[in-house]
Amino acid sequence: MNAHSTDIAGDPVTQKGEALLSVENVSLRFGGVKAITDVSFDIRKGEIRAIIGPNGAGKTSMLNCINGFYHPQDGRITYKGVRRTRVRPHQAAAAGIARTFQNVALFKGMSTLDNIMTGRTLKMRKGFFWQALRHGPAMAEEIEHRKVVEDIIDFLEIQHIRKLPVGKLPYGLQKRVELGRALAMEPELLLLDEPMAGMNLEEKEDMCRFILDMNNQFGTTIALIEHDIGVVMDLSDRVVVLEYGRKIADGTPGEVKTDQRVIDAYLGVAH
Amino acid sequence: MSDVAAQPAPNLLAKGWVKSGLIVAALVVAAIVGARLDPSGTIHAIFVDPFNQMAQAPDLLVQTIWEGLVSGVLYALIALGFVLIFKASGVFNFAQGIMVVFAALTLVGLYEKGVPAFIAVILTLGVMFVLAATIERVVLRPLVNQPDIILFMATFGITYFLIGFGESVFGGNPKQMITEQLFLPKGAIDLKMLGGIVSLQKIDIAAAIIASLMIAVLGLFFQYTRIGRALRAVADSHKAALSVGISLNQIWVIVWFTAGIVALITGIMWGARSDVSFALEIVALKALPVLILGGFTSIPGAIVGGLIIGIGEKLGEFYWGPLIGGGIESWLAYFIALGFLLFRPQGLFGDKIIERI
Repeated sequence: MNAHSTDIAGDPVTQKGEALLSVENVSLRFGGVKAITDVSFDIRKGEIRAIIGPNGAGKTSMLNCINGFYHPQDGRITYKGVRRTRVRPHQAAAAGIARTFQNVALFKGMSTLDNIMTGRTLKMRKGFFWQALRHGPAMAEEIEHRKVVEDIIDFLEIQHIRKLPVGKLPYGLQKRVELGRALAMEPELLLLDEPMAGMNLEEKEDMCRFILDMNNQFGTTIALIEHDIGVVMDLSDRVVVLEYGRKIADGTPGEVKTDQRVIDAYLGVAH
Repeated sequence: MSDVAAQPAPNLLAKGWVKSGLIVAALVVAAIVGARLDPSGTIHAIFVDPFNQMAQAPDLLVQTIWEGLVSGVLYALIALGFVLIFKASGVFNFAQGIMVVFAALTLVGLYEKGVPAFIAVILTLGVMFVLAATIERVVLRPLVNQPDIILFMATFGITYFLIGFGESVFGGNPKQMITEQLFLPKGAIDLKMLGGIVSLQKIDIAAAIIASLMIAVLGLFFQYTRIGRALRAVADSHKAALSVGISLNQIWVIVWFTAGIVALITGIMWGARSDVSFALEIVALKALPVLILGGFTSIPGAIVGGLIIGIGEKLGEFYWGPLIGGGIESWLAYFIALGFLLFRPQGLFGDKIIERI
């Protein structure tokens, strides 16, 4: 982890300077409940960006706005220079935004291999006709994508569960399969919603390693929500802190850690 | 001493096989006791005589089972249409029965307007696709995330729309299915076996083969292709499917279109055995007991359930029907399904619902 930190520090700022996604003055309401109020931040190309905050701060809602599950009432979301505030989820996926979910959302009846193969859906383009025949170009395509998926399975060290239905796997492995499915989309922006929730120390260390490797090897930009502050401080390049749907801090882990408002939000304030 | 007394007695009835064993034993005892106390022979007529008849005329038994098998295959086809849509969109599509009628009517209607038979088949497929796309756009999309009962009621609406639309376009009279023009065989094969003759209608054999082929093709398609994988993905989790870029709208059109193809084939086969009329819709409701038996989410369940209902009701009608004056074929299926619900509410292959509380 230390090696990574120095690595980041050594990087020229220009490479990571360009904003891949920017959120401007976004507000989201459900009836009278204000989930997000006037939040702005950006995610730069190639960085690991953490979103933290107490329960109910609007972190998951923020991710849902970015990948199109929710549509904010006010504000702008710009991705790769294109304003796409009212994007639909499958369009967001097509544009290179992948995500995982807080409570694992896998296809429980399908094998690990099939689950990760679904991540290739958008990359496979052969027509309905050839697929129905399962022959010719569709077969070649299937094999080609299978190769990518096998590489991902190797990368995540889950060879031993390739053929098992994921519904029967332990939670930690399910989270890993879900990460594999997102990775199979070869995303430019990967949204991870509490990737380490409910994991033991060893599983957390594995997951951290995968996240860092993805960021380093494939240059994937990552936005993650995480409650384990230690993990957040080690992993992320910049942190945005939300509380009650509002942004209360934004900056490097070091800056955020010493911010009085953040300390108050996490430790409570004596009135 | 008090420790032993405090322990609860093991509940043997909680085990399924003990319970069913006890029930079977009780039935046997009741039959034996009943036979002794039964001067009028009612119990004999119910529990002994039909089996005697089966043993004495095995060719008739084979004939009955064959008939049951064929209608079972057709029930299975209708149930398959229900299962496809239920799995992918969680909608119980009440309109599946009328889709069968509508597809068959369109085919025959087009032929009567002078369109050659095979072109009529292709055009009918086109109509089913338009229907699927329209239903997705006009009915499903605006109702997304509404409670299941709303979507269920919407399929009632589709049913009555299709009845009215079909009647106004093609008229309400029963029509003849164009079997010969589609090169479906006619006549019967008589097999000499078991000391008698078993007569198999060629159209029934064709129906069984075509239905099996179609089920096999659907199975392969679901298992091994991108779109098949996407369909299974949508059936498992909508939000996860959306997050990997699967468009629900597109999948719904494909699923309803597939159900439309299944409906057309069912309509041709069923129409060839009787005729094409709106009465078919009532027959399609037989898919309900099939689904209860097989489970709403299982394709093998739809097939096995269809066969059990088909064979069960033919055997019941032939051997037990005369005891109460016949005509039990129309309700026996529902009766079997009710009995089934007592023991396996989730069906033979359905997902058992276990909830964490």
